[in-house]
Parts: sequence; C-alpha cells; structure tokens
Amino acid sequence: MISANLAAIFYLVSGILFILALRGLSSPDTSRQGNYFGIAGMIIAIVVTFLSIGNFSTSLVYVVIFLVIGGAIGAFIAFKIPMTAMPELVAGFHSLVGLAAVFVAIAAFLNPAAFNLGNVGDIKLASLIEMSIGAAVGAITFSGSIIAFLKLRGIMSGAPITFSGQHILNLILGIGIFVLIFYLCKTQSTNIFWTVIVISFLVGILLIIPIGGADMPVVISMLNSYSGWAAAGIGFTLENTALIITGALVGSSGAILSYIMCKAMNRSFVSVILGGFGADNSTEDKKDKKDQKPVKSGNAEDAAFLMKNASSVIIVPGYGMAVAQAQHALREMVDKLKKNDIKVTYAIHPVAGRMPGHMNVLLAEANVPYDEVFELEDINNDFANSDVAFVIGANDVTNPVAKTDPKSPIFGMPVLDVEKCKSVLFVKRSLSPGYAGIDNELFYKDNTLMLFADAKKMTEDIVKNLD
Amino acid sequence: MEIDPFIFRLSIFILSIFIGYYVVWSVTPSLHTPLMSVTNAISSVIIVGAIIAALAGTSESIFNTSSIFGFIAIILAAINIFGGFLVTQRMLQMYKKKKDKKK
Repeated sequence: MISANLAAIFYLVSGILFILALRGLSSPDTSRQGNYFGIAGMIIAIVVTFLSIGNFSTSLVYVVIFLVIGGAIGAFIAFKIPMTAMPELVAGFHSLVGLAAVFVAIAAFLNPAAFNLGNVGDIKLASLIEMSIGAAVGAITFSGSIIAFLKLRGIMSGAPITFSGQHILNLILGIGIFVLIFYLCKTQSTNIFWTVIVISFLVGILLIIPIGGADMPVVISMLNSYSGWAAAGIGFTLENTALIITGALVGSSGAILSYIMCKAMNRSFVSVILGGFGADNSTEDKKDKKDQKPVKSGNAEDAAFLMKNASSVIIVPGYGMAVAQAQHALREMVDKLKKNDIKVTYAIHPVAGRMPGHMNVLLAEANVPYDEVFELEDINNDFANSDVAFVIGANDVTNPVAKTDPKSPIFGMPVLDVEKCKSVLFVKRSLSPGYAGIDNELFYKDNTLMLFADAKKMTEDIVKNLD
Repeated sequence: MEIDPFIFRLSIFILSIFIGYYVVWSVTPSLHTPLMSVTNAISSVIIVGAIIAALAGTSESIFNTSSIFGFIAIILAAINIFGGFLVTQRMLQMYKKKKDKKK
C-alpha cells in the first residue's frame, strides 16, 4: 500500500514516459526506444494502481486473469494482422478505448465510493460532469469507430449515407446531450445517465455514416483524437495525472493528424464532417468527353523498355498498390532497375493510403529503405528532371486538374507533378475515375502510357521483361 | 483562499495539450501510422480506472454490477495495450531491418 501522494508522483512519471514515447517517433532511429518508454510508462501505471489499492483479495486474481485474456487477444491480433489492414485495426482499437471509457464511467457512476467521488445519489458535482462527458465522448468514439471499421473493412459500403435533416438531427442530439447532463447534475438520476450514453452511441453512428471513403484518413485521425479526449475526461474523474496527460497528448495528436490530412486534400475540416464527398457525382458530359479523348496504352514490354533506358525513375504508389498486394513485386522491380544503375525514388502523397503514413509502412514492410521514400514537398521538384514516373495504384493525387481547373472538386489540393516527367507509366485496371469521382487528365497526356492491368500482375510482368 | 485541486488538474491538462502539439508536429510523416497505433496503446492507460472499479468488489461479492463493468473494461483495455504496443513494435522493426541490410 503506497500513499496517494506517492502514487500521484508515479503517475506523473508514467505520463512523462508517454511524452517521451511520442517524442521518439521524430525519427525511425529513436522510435523503438520511444516505444519501450511507452511500455515502461504503462507498466508503472498498472503496478502503481495495484499497490495504491492494496486490495490483494480474490478479486486480484480475477483482475490478472482478465488482464491476461485481453493481453493474449491483443498480442494475437498484433502478430496476425496484415499491414494493409492497419487502418481497420486502428479504427477497431479506437472503438475499444471508447467503450472502455464508457464502462469505467458507468462503474464510477454505480460505485462512486470506490473512486472517492461521493456516494450513490450524491456524487460530487464536478465528478459527475467529468464522468458524463467522458462517457459521452467515449460512446461517440466507440460507435463512430465501429462504423469506420465496417467501412474500411468493406463490410459496409464506403459511399456516404445522407438524408435530409441529418445535420439538424445531429445538432439537436448534441444539444440534447448537454441538456441531459445538466439535469443529471440536478437529479443524479441513473436513467438520465443511461440516456446520455445511448444518445451518444447514436450520435457516433450518425456522425460517421455520411463521410465518404475518400475522407477515411481524416475520420481515423479524428476518432483518434476523440479517444484521447474521452480518456482525459475519465482522467479528471479519477483525478489521475497519467490519464489526463495521455488524454491531452492523444487528443492533440489526433487533431493535428486530422489537420494534416485535411490540408493534403484541400478540404476544410467542417466539410469533411458534413460529409457527402466521394458520392457518385460524375456527370454524363464528363463521360462523353472521356470517350472522345485518345489514350495511349501499352504492355509490360513497353514499360520495361522505357524504364531500362531511363536514368531516373520515380515511383508513385497509392492505395491500389496495397489492395493488389503489389508492394513486394514492386520492390523486386526496383531492385532490378537499381542493378542497371537507374536512380529510383518513391514519392508519397500524404493521403496516399487509408490512414496517415500508411503507404510508408507498406513500403517498409516490402523492405524499401526509408531514405528512398520522400514526402510530397520534398520530391515534387524532381519530377521535371526525371525520365519515368511509375504511378501504381494512385490516381487523384496525381491529377493535374487540381492545379488548372478551379471548377474541379479537388482544385487546390496539393498534387504530385507527375506530368512533368518525360514519360509517365500509369498502372490502372481501367479508366474509371478515382475516389473523388473525377476524370484524371493525366490519362490523356501525350507522354502518358497507360498499362491496363492488375497492379501486381503488371509489375511481375515488367520484372520478367527487365531481364 | 485555497485553490481547488481541479484547477491544478486543468493546468496539467492544458500544458499537456501544448506539449502534445509540439511533440506531434516533430513526428516524421513516415511514422504517422505507428504514431496512431502507439497513441492508441497509451490511451489505454484508462485501464487504471478499470482496475480500481474491478477491485472495488467486496470479498463476498467480487462481481457486482459496478465491478463487472470494470472487469470488461480491463479486457478491452488490455487488448488495446498489448495489441497497440506490439503492432507498433512490429512496424518499427520493419523500419530497422532495411537499414541494417543496406549497411
């Protein structure tokens, strides 16, 4: 049994270790050390909690059993999950944090004495506000993440679901939550507490269903942020510094990532939340134009020939590469090119995957050295001096329309200047537009050679032709 | 006049938001996915609340309504802690392998 003051100091230490864990991620070299800091912080927090309660009865055995069960499930998932499924995994994990926050809040509401928050029906006012906010945000995180998970997993269509009066309904429910919390403070009624949680679950669902597949990177980051605020709310209730610090860190981390993602798509945060983007809004007249324009298409042999005679090649990977699992074949192709003394680099757009940094992880998995992988702003000037751009599975992020046509929905979005390359190889299954639902002008440029095939198969064929 | 302890917690909270702001901006974009998985893992420190709730049962009734919620929350948070840290480790390991191979 340790004193509350000593425990508080240990919680502070674990909070600091969590800060160092994030700090470590500023470079790949220090990142693993950072992760160990995070693990150490977590161990300290858990051990100190046991010591400060000092209740070593039979309950403790059950706590350990449940801890082990959860840990085993978590470890199993962590080792089994393919890297392409990271977005779903993270969405799923967010939902667990949200639900855990809800459950802790419920437990605190039902048994406030255990948390030193007063007695049933007479909970301290501040604690009541904190726990209901924590529970509400947790519930929104939970149901929102479940929807995001289902959309990313493809169980639910990525198309936005909208109906009239949606935003008004959300607004009313949002205000309703605050009104109910106000009455909860006055009456301490259990029923109102449950109602707050149920409405919050509903809000979470309503908030995410109108958001289209293309905006998923923003949604994941946003839910990341929510899970942090939920944790912070519970941290205030439990008067626990580790939880407050962590909640603030995670909350601001998610918010920054949402901001970066929005900026990379030139979309305002509000318009993402309001949703509806990524719906099938391509008009007939666009389709007519497409039919008229000539497209040059080639095969693996042409592509191999072009690349063999190049001195520098820039690879532009997108989510399509991940879906086709082409990253390993791509790596093989690059190895062959490098043997011929061709300079190869990778250009990654911030929203190239389904979550921030997703493409980098996929390339890392295929053993691509991270110093060959460049972000948009670092490599965009190099396209003009390169011979071949190899676009594989990316589409909207290369569309020059974003720079030229103010009427285009993606106008103003930073794009990769792929068209400035001497020649462009574009691996794609068909001429269909990307997530934004707009035609890519790049297809019809004179220096573009379309390679119509599955990304993986095409890459493998090119590898064969490089010999 | 005494300052309410809530104000101290609020100060910690606000200062941590600022720390988070500066620390996260210094994270390299190529590590944004591990950043999300590790923030996920550390936000599961909410398990401390779950443990308190779970241990609050008396020896006669280990499982009462409140402690059952605590026990379930322990499972959820534990999945997240182990899953989050291990998957982060797995990802970061891939960033290392390449470098060694290259040298």
